Amino acid sequence: MLGRSANGTFWLFRYLERAENTARLIEAGFRMALTRDSGAASEEWRSVLITLGLHHAYAARHGEDVTGAQVFNFVLRDRDNPASVLAMIETARTNARAVRTGITREVWEAVNESWMKLREILARPVAETRLRDVLDAVRRQAIQVRGAMEGTMLRNENYYFANIGTFAERADNTARILDVKYYVLLPSLAAVGTSLDNVQWENVLRSVAGERAYRWLNAGQMDPRGIASFLILDERFPRSLAFCYAQLLSNLSLLAREYGFETEAHAIQRAGHERLAGLTIEAIFEQGLHQFIGDFLACNHQLAQQIQRDYRFVE
Amino acid sequence: MTETAYDEMLAPDGTVRPAYDGYRQWLDAQPPGLLKRKGIEAEAFFRRTGITFNVYGAADAEERLIPFDPVPRIITASQWRKLSRGIEQRVRALNAFLHDLYHRQEIVRAGRLPARLLQGNLAYLPQMAGFTPPGGVYTHIVGIDLVRTGEDDFMVLEDNARTPSGVSYMLENRETMMAMFPELFTRVRVREVSDYPRRLARSLAACAPAAFTGDKPTVAVLTPGIYNSAYFEHAFLADQMGAELVEGSDLKVQGGRVAMRTTQGWQPVDVIYRRVDDDYLDPLSFNADSVLGVAGIMDVYRAGGITIANAPGTGISDDKAIYSFMPEIVEFYTGEKPILPNVPTWRCSEADALAYVLDNLADLVVKEVHGSGGYGMLIGPTSSKKEIAAFSAKLRADPANYIAQPTLSLSTVPIFTRAGLAPRHVDLRPFVLVSPQGIDITPGGLTRVALKKGSLVVNSSQGGGTKDSWVLDD
Repeated sequence: MLGRSANGTFWLFRYLERAENTARLIEAGFRMALTRDSGAASEEWRSVLITLGLHHAYAARHGEDVTGAQVFNFVLRDRDNPASVLAMIETARTNARAVRTGITREVWEAVNESWMKLREILARPVAETRLRDVLDAVRRQAIQVRGAMEGTMLRNENYYFANIGTFAERADNTARILDVKYYVLLPSLAAVGTSLDNVQWENVLRSVAGERAYRWLNAGQMDPRGIASFLILDERFPRSLAFCYAQLLSNLSLLAREYGFETEAHAIQRAGHERLAGLTIEAIFEQGLHQFIGDFLACNHQLAQQIQRDYRFVE
Repeated sequence: MTETAYDEMLAPDGTVRPAYDGYRQWLDAQPPGLLKRKGIEAEAFFRRTGITFNVYGAADAEERLIPFDPVPRIITASQWRKLSRGIEQRVRALNAFLHDLYHRQEIVRAGRLPARLLQGNLAYLPQMAGFTPPGGVYTHIVGIDLVRTGEDDFMVLEDNARTPSGVSYMLENRETMMAMFPELFTRVRVREVSDYPRRLARSLAACAPAAFTGDKPTVAVLTPGIYNSAYFEHAFLADQMGAELVEGSDLKVQGGRVAMRTTQGWQPVDVIYRRVDDDYLDPLSFNADSVLGVAGIMDVYRAGGITIANAPGTGISDDKAIYSFMPEIVEFYTGEKPILPNVPTWRCSEADALAYVLDNLADLVVKEVHGSGGYGMLIGPTSSKKEIAAFSAKLRADPANYIAQPTLSLSTVPIFTRAGLAPRHVDLRPFVLVSPQGIDITPGGLTRVALKKGSLVVNSSQGGGTKDSWVLDD
């Protein structure tokens, strides 16, 4: 497999994953903002921008005025925002075209169709009344691509790089959400027994599509340690850091088996995975959640960089 | 022209010609509106699959679809037998001719081809002189453009020995037709085209270079990249062949071989099916600014380290002045009379011909000898007085740069229009594979059709469409 194709496949799936997660984040922000007064709603939207790393770009475009429609239009479709969902889908498709021979016809068509559909529905500004439909469409398209990938791609290097891209991105996204929201979790940890801002808690879960799963596992008990533990350490939840790292471990191992050699990336990944597996939520909070997340994000970034070097993504 | 043109489906008295018997019976039994509905389906299908092309110079850089017409173009088994004999003969001659041009130039010595056609001709590559490509094959893939003017009157309009394109449309058009009208294919037996990619892969593998050792040569398709107008085709063929799709930046010369950068290190490539022009192939040998090719590939090539398909320098035989000598060329190398005639051609480099052409511009088609794609030509009958005058000045300034041909009354095949079936002019590009094992012609080819009523220009860049092309089974 060409290094350039591995690069294209890796980024194709990173962008798709990021587009999907961005839609979830907007959805959670929107819901949250609906239940708040305008000051708190603004704050909520600001935290969405910070999580996405778009607060500076947004400020450059719109100044200090943070309102819902302005934020989600900026994030979804603004031409001046190279990280908009539309731009990501476009980049994903460009990557898919470039690696056309490494993906199946079904995967290509699903990506191409996503681009055609989203380009159409994001051609005009999104009003609040249309937001839910738009976000639904983004999620549905991403799921369709994943379905095509799972159902049709050979389990070989192409598939492994697709998964590595997906789970490196997902781990990053979940960690960022936690990082921005940790201040919500912190006070309640300090004061055990005080009344919790249940809505905020639910919202963190909602932005990673985990509120149902969490409630089901915990019988409705909103416990800060429980939620943090769920998002970081629960290997059953497909958007937790532990799950993502288990997937990365498995795909990198399969790649090493196919190629007959391991790389430096394997060492970095294994160390990261072992760190996660050996941790308890108590230890994480003792160390400081913010510190933990910061370290995790740095490790995840280093891992992605190393993979790109080890497998000759670029000359 | 339409009134006098030979229609391939209907005889002048309105009866259906034998080739279209089965199809017409089927069509007449279909509910009204079927073709329209299927046409819309086909467009959605093409968009989803991404069969698009980019038009050079189009401002919006949009990806466009080549319009597909759902009425097939049908050729009988006996017509095809004759055509394929003629094509085979011509392609054999082309390869012998190219070998000769880059070696002793017997044809020039024999006085059958003027030496001036080669002198200063940019398509003639001195870098190829004295070198024989692996297996002696120059044109691994050829497209011979045929036009028809009567029941048995097929002529060669153009030889495409450089990098003929369009074969993906031949394949996708058939897939589309089979998906839209499955029952039609149970009624009419049509010869298969779908194994073209397999035959291409086999044919390329059979031309592996001397340096290749092992049991399966590594074949790669070299594309200029995703912004090239034919990128879809490059990806499609690589995918169907199970070959790597590489760009210049994936390759480098290493240890006397051309190697590609894989996730596991640099690995040698044996055969490159290049969809990059000669000029961009090697910045060390040709255009120094090229970033599409591989520095040093020509040295590796000449040392037997790689096969390049088609061989560099084959474009010389696409030259339209050379074309005008094809009947002599065929005879010189095969010792036979050409089975497929040329379209009558005036060489404007010759004084008598030039005088005639200048007097009759309004009736002729004039082409640049190095041109292609329908650019830079004059179609007399559809041009204004002003356009003709302007062209006449260009022609006088550099007569040797032009050839002229009569405005042929190209045959017509019906297309589906809002007003029902209507005849439109067509041509045919069969695709031919050449390997040391022989010449392999896929039955049919790509039919291009001028969608505008009366128009003779079938090029996709100029508003032409395509049709599925059928060769009937015996």
